[in-house]
Amino acid sequence: MTNRANHRGKGAALAAFLACALLSAIPAWADTKPARVVSINLCTDQLAMLIAGKGQLLSVSAIARDPQSSAMVKEAEGFPVNHGQAEEIFLQKPDLVLAGVYTTRATVGLLKELNIRVEQFAPETSFDDVKASMRRMGVLLGQEMRAEELVGQIDAELDRLKRLPRSGKLAALYYANSYTSGSGTLAHAALEAAGLENLAARLGIQGTASIPLEALVLAMPDVVVAGDRDYKPPALAQENFVHPAFRALIEHSGEVAMPVRNTVCGGPFTLAAVHMLRAAAGQELVAR
Amino acid sequence: MMASRGYWLLIGGLTFLTFVLFVLSLALGPAGIAFGESLSALFSGDGGPIVLIMQEIRLPRAILGLLTGATLGLSGAVLQGFLRNPLAEPGLVGISSSASLGAVLAIYTGFSAAFPLGLPLAALAGALIAVIVVQALAGSGGVLTVILAGVAVSSFASAMTSLALNLSPNPFAALEIMFWMLGSLADRSMTHVWLATPFILAGWLMLASLGRSLDALTLGADAAASMGVDLNRTRRFAILGTALSVGAATAVAGAIGFVGLVIPHILRPLTGGLQSRLLPASALGGASMILAADILVRFVAPGRDLKLGVLTAIVGAPFFLWLVWKSRRDLL
Repeated sequence: MTNRANHRGKGAALAAFLACALLSAIPAWADTKPARVVSINLCTDQLAMLIAGKGQLLSVSAIARDPQSSAMVKEAEGFPVNHGQAEEIFLQKPDLVLAGVYTTRATVGLLKELNIRVEQFAPETSFDDVKASMRRMGVLLGQEMRAEELVGQIDAELDRLKRLPRSGKLAALYYANSYTSGSGTLAHAALEAAGLENLAARLGIQGTASIPLEALVLAMPDVVVAGDRDYKPPALAQENFVHPAFRALIEHSGEVAMPVRNTVCGGPFTLAAVHMLRAAAGQELVAR
Repeated sequence: MMASRGYWLLIGGLTFLTFVLFVLSLALGPAGIAFGESLSALFSGDGGPIVLIMQEIRLPRAILGLLTGATLGLSGAVLQGFLRNPLAEPGLVGISSSASLGAVLAIYTGFSAAFPLGLPLAALAGALIAVIVVQALAGSGGVLTVILAGVAVSSFASAMTSLALNLSPNPFAALEIMFWMLGSLADRSMTHVWLATPFILAGWLMLASLGRSLDALTLGADAAASMGVDLNRTRRFAILGTALSVGAATAVAGAIGFVGLVIPHILRPLTGGLQSRLLPASALGGASMILAADILVRFVAPGRDLKLGVLTAIVGAPFFLWLVWKSRRDLL
């Protein structure tokens, strides 16, 4: 009896303690802007660089300086880089760490155990996602105005694109290892915004999956949008681009190189990809 | 007389099976083209998509399936006869993985991009080193020595392959370890066929000429020498022939295990234990096995790029265990 009471007492004390901890913690986060922010994911790197105030962002991940993956290499050169390892992040004494949902799970778990606040962002699969991520980043960094400004720019641009005529041409996204992006991906959203039809979506492919070269050749798309071609040194992954059947196909269809960096994460640079795609389909961005 | 008729029946049956599988390999694929249409597109001259698919995607895949399968079956039979070891096989004794290492070094350093023949030549060099090492060790020890040497050679080569791929700055390279360890024929092109075929055919000629010598070798090295078999020539041909054919096949299709082990064992009882009869039967049997496996990978998990070595291991590994169990009993 006394034992049980004792337990209940402990439980209540613990609950009260947790409640206090939470109550005291939340206003602390909400009221003051975090001053030492570290980002360990390419997509949060780019959002943070777009939105953070001066001096607020301590470091970005090393991949943000990789011209193949990052659309903001120049900006990233203005920040120190980290390699996403718990030890180096901890030593930077951040009050907020920005991470992706799927990558570096072990690191994120460890940082949380060390009582560092970690906010995780899911990959964006549509322009709505991109806008939502921007707004969330604005709130987290206490830079709501800046975030709204960016969202407004994207909305204006999307509106402008919507009023332009759609070419409806069939486009195929084709990456290294014969991968393509179907519905539910940002690359698909970019094709749609450019007024093109995505072959992968027509074939019922959802997300990013491989497409047999046979299926690509059979569909004879109007435009082939190739990404990831130019990694050096060579790997088997890029052999699909030198396959005789693929070369014959692009002689018929024409090939546009679209850097994957523009659609792997969402941002204003994704709209640059849309313009590139429209230009490739022979439709410049001129309102008629 | 009876045995001879049975043998020709076996060869005829295996040839027919290989032919049927070759045609199926041409006719089946994700594009879902009708049978007649697909075969007539093979000989058509117009540049339409179906012709492109048949002539540039499916034909090289079927040809490479035939070539690599026959290579593995033939070289497995030769190695088992030459080393007088039932467990010898290009995969198990490390020849395939060493050829992979050679090919990996050629591709990922950019050497083969500048000099296309560098790819089969580097794989050949890797294979040659492995055959020489294994052969040298086989001379001094028993059944076990070859396998132990093979385990060491193949784990070393696999580790070096992984290292080379991990060190490559290309982000895709590390994922390609799978291709080099398990093999695949997906989206290979005529370029690969032209690169590998001369080496593979040269290797086959050398291996096929060994039938009589291997027959004599079953009686022991001394007896064979007294029957007029040139042991040095036999050794040279077995080593070079294996290195040429397995090296070139691995350079374009990756390392595919177990075919060279399973096929000669299944066919040996049907060929009356004569090596000279086993060699052509094994070549046809190996070709059938790879063609069948390559048809299966397209349908078991379409879109997932299942590797050939996975299927050959599912058949081969239990067989290998059974073989070890059986030879263990024989040793007692």
